[in-house]
Formats: sequence, structure tokens, C-alpha cells
Amino acid sequence: MKSSINTDPKLTNTTVGGVKRPPQFQIGHWFGVIPFFVFSGLFLIAPTVVLAYRSLESPAGGLTLEFYGDLLNETVISAYVMSIRISLTTAILGGIIGFLIAWAVSIGGLPRPFRSITTTFSGVASNFAGVPLASAFVFTLGRVGAITALLKLFGVELYKSGFSLYSFLGLTLVYLYFQIPLMVLVILPALDGLKRDWREAAENLGATPYQYWRHVALPVLTPSILGTMILLFGNSFGAHATAYALTGGLFTLATLLIGQQISGDVLHNPGLGYAVAMGMVIVMAVSIFIYSILQRRSERWLR
Amino acid sequence: MTLSSNSASSVVKAPEKKSSLKANQFWARVIFSISVLYFLIPLVATFYWSLRGKKDVLGFEAYKKLFADTNFLPAFSESIVNAIAAIFLSLLIIVPTAYWVTLRLPKLRPVVEFITLLPFVIPAIVLVFGLIRLYSRPPLLWTATYDSSRVLLVCVYAALSFPYMFRSVDNGLRAIDVRALTEAAQSLGANWVTILLRVIFPNLRTALLSGALLTFAIVIGELTIALYMAQHTLGPYMADLTRSKVYEPSAMAIVSFAITWAAMGIIQLVTGGQGQTTGGH
Repeated sequence: MKSSINTDPKLTNTTVGGVKRPPQFQIGHWFGVIPFFVFSGLFLIAPTVVLAYRSLESPAGGLTLEFYGDLLNETVISAYVMSIRISLTTAILGGIIGFLIAWAVSIGGLPRPFRSITTTFSGVASNFAGVPLASAFVFTLGRVGAITALLKLFGVELYKSGFSLYSFLGLTLVYLYFQIPLMVLVILPALDGLKRDWREAAENLGATPYQYWRHVALPVLTPSILGTMILLFGNSFGAHATAYALTGGLFTLATLLIGQQISGDVLHNPGLGYAVAMGMVIVMAVSIFIYSILQRRSERWLR
Repeated sequence: MTLSSNSASSVVKAPEKKSSLKANQFWARVIFSISVLYFLIPLVATFYWSLRGKKDVLGFEAYKKLFADTNFLPAFSESIVNAIAAIFLSLLIIVPTAYWVTLRLPKLRPVVEFITLLPFVIPAIVLVFGLIRLYSRPPLLWTATYDSSRVLLVCVYAALSFPYMFRSVDNGLRAIDVRALTEAAQSLGANWVTILLRVIFPNLRTALLSGALLTFAIVIGELTIALYMAQHTLGPYMADLTRSKVYEPSAMAIVSFAITWAAMGIIQLVTGGQGQTTGGH
């Protein structure tokens, strides 16, 4: 009995006062995580792998890259270009505005309650996407929206001046509603990580506030800011519900194109549909990967 | 000599510092006010519309009509049930996994973390595309009936909650000494189920609650996956509503905003602002 405990080196380290431990079979070791792997396999990995396989499966049998070549089709390119344009614009604008707001409530010297209101609201707004968000903007800037009507009173006909909520500009305005708060939430901790000592040291050496930001704060923050902007890019690139609700799914956008492809083969080429979907996964994977590298980099200074 | 120059510089510097602080505060206020306008106007406009359900009078007519709609309550309650089922399923999978990874299999942590992040990499529209192709024909026919599709939907929602659930639970586990608690429980003769249910779960209450509420906020109005799996839940219902009705969508948007607000507010309350509060779109 005693020898059986002592022969296992692992057990002698952890056993306290001869307590009887459950038998440590290898299978028991894995038992706790098996449901997780099975579940993720069934509902996250297998569906993606099926798409990947179908995108490579030649109609004649065997594997082919033919469908990835077909991506250079006018419909597909215009959808991807619009997705990338909107994602870049909302990532950069959302990143800058979100950063300024985070600065205002942390370093900018606004009273303390402003900060907690901002974080709570950001939590809400960054999750307030999809149909309700689209509706809210229709009631504000749609053809009969409140702001549209208000501007009409002042003689400005918004929809006659070329503006439309159902356009690139409109969708950008709507997306910013969840992009800015996400930036605020992610970048606030980074701003908190700026040490007071650095600022004081810079000031004691005679640096102006501009020099402090240019040579100390911004270089430290750059990986976080860039990383979060990439996160915003992915966030907007994969967004489907808001655009669907706003435009009825008929706008040119990569996610909406996939939606149309699911309902009926609009591309008249099932294989191409799978390639379009896989293209999105690749773009998302690359952006998340860069994000994680930059995030690790920023942790060197900020944590 | 040095003394005097020092004091001189500090005399000059002090007001300069004050003025830069004032400038900061000025710009902080400007930025804050503009963003308040951007974020509040759509909400105010929607709220105003929602009060105009009856001609020429402000009132709650739109809300009454919404709740009287025969499709609203079934869709709403179905979404609530789906969300709660997904939360429990997710907890049932994530808590043992996070516990095991912390205690027994630390080498597996990067793999588990990577998998929990997959919902960020696979857009919902791509995921539902794959699910339909995989489960809508033999040998893995899963979408044959409405109810079987619903089970599939709940499972997918649980998987979508992994990033938030794993992170909250993992943070929660870091805050307590899992090893000491486990060994104490073992020395008192507890088995694994008892340890998880009566020692670990209660210690993770805050973390579990914030993970659960975040999942709720994301799942309750989810559109993309429910839409293509032909489910009559709140998301597709809301999308239909915006096309068929004039005032009800505004009431619906306000109700939905209130739900999100309630979920996030409770997270802030229970975690003291430390909760992780971002979802996907």
C-alpha cells in the first residue's frame, strides 16, 4: 500500500499527509477536457473544415485550386473591396475616435464618474449590433428619420444632396456605433498602463507635452493602438447582421454575398461560394494573428 | 546660483503646467460632448419614434402593439429559452475544462485558448454556411425538423460563447487558489463532482454570472445563424418587423437596448467594473 504511493514520483510531490487521491489513469487525466474538444470539433471546426474541403474539391474528382482562381470574378471582387473599404475606414476612424474618448476620460482630466459611465455604455454599445442598431439609425438618418426631418426644417434635403443610409457612408456611420466603444474598452487599460513616472521623468528633463507624447507615450502605445485597430477591422469584416438588417441583404458586401449564396446559388458556382467563405476565414485568421502578436508586444511595457 | 535657477524654472513651469491641464480638460470636454451627441441621438430619435404609435399623441401605443403581436412573445420566449440552454451547456463544458487545464493539464492551455478564440476567426455567416452543408444531408442529417435544428442552434450558441465564458471562468480561477481548495476538499473525502459543484462553482459565482450575462446579451437577438437555420427566434422576428411595420421596430429596438443595458449593468455591478464586456457582430 505504502510502496505503491512512493513508487510514483508525481504522487509523492503532491500527496499531503497520506491522503488518498483518486486513481490517476491517463484517461482520467483527459476526461475533463474531452467534452470540450468533441463539442468544438462538432460545432466550430468540422463546419469550417467541410467548407475548406468543398472549396478544394474538383467536380471531376480530386483536389483543385480552381475555385480560388475564380475569386477574381467581378461580383466577388466588388464585394470584397467594399468589405475591406468599410472595415478599414471604420477601423481607422473608430480607432482614432475611440482613442480620443479613452484619453478624455482617463488622462484628459474629466471627473471620475464620466469614466465609469463611458465604460458601462461602451459595454452596451459594443454589443448593441444587428437589427436594433440598424433600426435606430433608420429612425435617425433614414428617409423619414428624425435628423433627416430636422434638417429639412432648416432647408437641408439630406437625401437630395446624395446622402443615403444604405450606402458606404451610411454603413460606416452605423458600424462606428459598435467600433468606437470596442476601441474604448480595449485601449483604456493600455492608457492606464502609462506610468506617471515616465511623464514626470520627461517633464523633469524639460520635455513639452508634445515631446512626451511623440517620444514616450505614443511609441509605447503604438502596438496596442495598431493591434486594436486590426481587431476592429476583423470585427467589421465579419459583421453580417447589421448590414443585412439595414439593406435587406442586397448590398455588395462579402458577408452578404455569402448569405445570398446560402439562400440560392447566386454565383452559379457552388465551389466559388465555398472559396469566398474560406477567403473570409483567412482574412480573419491573419488579422487575429497580427493582433495577438502586437498585443504581446505591448504587454512588455504596459503590464 | 543653482538654487535660484531651479526655483526660477519651477516658478515659470507651474503656471504652464496648469494651463496645459486646463487645455487638456477643455479638449476632453469637447471630445466627450461630441461623442455623447453621436451616441445619444440615435437612441433619442428611436425612443421618440416609439412614442408616436398613435397619431398626434405621444404614448406607449407602439409598445402595446408590439407586445400584442401574436408572433412577438413566442419568438421572445423561444430566444430566452435558447439563451438559457446555451448558457448552461456552455458552463457545463467550460467550467470543467478551465478547471482541468488550470489544475492538471497546463500544457493544454494554449490549445484550449486557441479553440475558444475560433468564434472570432470564423464569422457567423461562414459558420452557418458550414453547418448547413455539414448537417443538412445524410449521413449527418441534423436539420430535418424544426426542433432538431433548434437543438443544433443552441449547441452553436454555446460554442459561440466559449471566448467570453472561458475568459471569465479562467480569470475567476486565477483569483482563487484552485489547488489548495481541491486538496482541502479531497482531504475531507470529496469526489470530483462534489468538488466542482460545491467548492469550485460557488467560488466562481461572479465570473460565471458575468460570462452568462454576456452570452445572454449576444445570443438573445442573434440574427445571422438563426435566420439561415430558419428559426423563429427574436433576431429573424425583428428583421421581419422592420420590413412590415412602421412604429413597432422602434419599440423593439428600445426593448432590445434595455435588455443589453440590463445585462451589462449587472456585470458592472457584480464585478465592480472588472468584467470583460465585448461581444461580436
